[in-house]
Amino acid sequence: MIKSKAAASPYLVWMVIFIVAPLLIVAYYAFTDASGSFTLANIMAIGRYSSVFARSLLLAAEATAICLVLAFPVGYFLSRLRASKQHIMLMLVMLPMWMNFLLRTYAWMSLLENNGIINTVLGFFGLGPFRMINTAGAVVLGMVYNYLPYMILPLYTAMTKIDDSIIEAAQDLGASTLGTFTRVLLPLSGPGIATGITMVFVPSVSTFIISRMLGGGANLLIGDLIELQFLGNSYNFNMGSAMSLVLMVIVLLCMSFTSSFDEQEMEGVM
Amino acid sequence: MKSRHLRLLQRTYVVLIFCVMYLPILVLAVFSFNESKSRTVFTGFTLDWYRSLFTNRMILSALALSLVVALVSAVVATVVGTMATVGISAMGRKSQLLINNISYMPVVNPEIITGVSLMLLFVFLQNCASRFEALPDAFFGLPTLLIAHITFNLPYVIFNVSPKLRQMDSRIYEAALDLGCTPRQAFFKVVLPELTPAILSAFLICLTYSIDDFIISYFNCGTLQTLPIAIYSMTRKKVSPEINALSTIIFLVILAIILISNALDSRRYKREQSLGKAGERR
Repeated sequence: MIKSKAAASPYLVWMVIFIVAPLLIVAYYAFTDASGSFTLANIMAIGRYSSVFARSLLLAAEATAICLVLAFPVGYFLSRLRASKQHIMLMLVMLPMWMNFLLRTYAWMSLLENNGIINTVLGFFGLGPFRMINTAGAVVLGMVYNYLPYMILPLYTAMTKIDDSIIEAAQDLGASTLGTFTRVLLPLSGPGIATGITMVFVPSVSTFIISRMLGGGANLLIGDLIELQFLGNSYNFNMGSAMSLVLMVIVLLCMSFTSSFDEQEMEGVM
Repeated sequence: MKSRHLRLLQRTYVVLIFCVMYLPILVLAVFSFNESKSRTVFTGFTLDWYRSLFTNRMILSALALSLVVALVSAVVATVVGTMATVGISAMGRKSQLLINNISYMPVVNPEIITGVSLMLLFVFLQNCASRFEALPDAFFGLPTLLIAHITFNLPYVIFNVSPKLRQMDSRIYEAALDLGCTPRQAFFKVVLPELTPAILSAFLICLTYSIDDFIISYFNCGTLQTLPIAIYSMTRKKVSPEINALSTIIFLVILAIILISNALDSRRYKREQSLGKAGERR
């Protein structure tokens, strides 16, 4: 329509300097030592932190699975409401997301503390006190709480496209409740599930604030390691870059996995 | 009978989820009125924390910085991004695909990687600069913060505006040319007004992302403090219900904005509906 490629040039320059170049510099640092000569030592040294990487993947996977299970009924319920009600309920889902996540996580700190609100309330009933903060469970809770809307919203979007009549047809044709769920509802929500998984897993696996605020010192994650290399005590850019590179590969793998799943599902629907 | 039970169960479940989602925010709000500094025992009602919040230099200057950074970065990103959208649409399919894929990087990459990679770039530039003694030594600060925010805002502008540009009927633009507009006039008088809603919503998205961002700013702010960074340093010290007061105010402001925009939306919707009906009757 409009023939003026030149209009894009400021952005292209910006893109090359501030998107492409920084990633190349990360790769450069990852494969060099402090004096600037090529080495694989940084990548090799990551083996020492394999327990941290395993913990990150495990906790993020747990959080993603819990989010999926919790969000599925909510998404379904919202998608079956009248249009006017859907609007209000969506607002209610998104409203907490507009609060800065530091504040939300901070609130959980005061809830979970050893003499925190939950333990105080339980104390009235003669229960507890339970040790909740500074555990892996608290970190998972923080991830689930912070990223649950990211799961609800894509599920809801996918489910609004499922016609009521399809579910009724399945029931009329003799499918049990379980059958309707596993053979109709679940496959048709596939694209939403795939999007939701990436949107919860990626921030969960790379977080460093949630683990620091709710996990204490014992539950370091990949994000914490990277942060320590760049701004913390370890202060080793080369090591930090190598870790960032590995994290990027993990994220890419996760995304290619969910997106291939997504495409398959779409073909099935067609 | 069975389905009624099921419906009740569904409702209870959804209400329960919403309760858990709002519980922490409620707790923050309640304890902003607490007389003592305790985060767990409510001793009495007071508004002192709100008063001390508004005399807290650190918070006020952090808020000012956040607003300035958000505004400047959103304006720059919106202008550059909109120009880019127009330029990219004139390109061939292959270059479009390449540019789009690169633009997706900051969106799909974990924020910590965007933050760290920009920090490395700035460190690298600083090293170069110190060799030539051309640039000031204290590099990290407002410039790096602005660059970082513009960088993560730009893709959102492009991905918001380009679908609108694609949907637009190119014949409108051609008609303007035929009727004697120069390409420049046609763009500003015909194309731009058509894109305005998308550009505005992109601008608002940039503003909110920028105000809310912690991770990328954290790596690129030097010694400056934006509001999220000030909040972070407050949570590290584990004191002062001022932070609760601050969250309550932020929540109420957001709630007000959403309610107002919602009310405006539904009013416009109703007006359009009634206009449509009037049209049908005629």
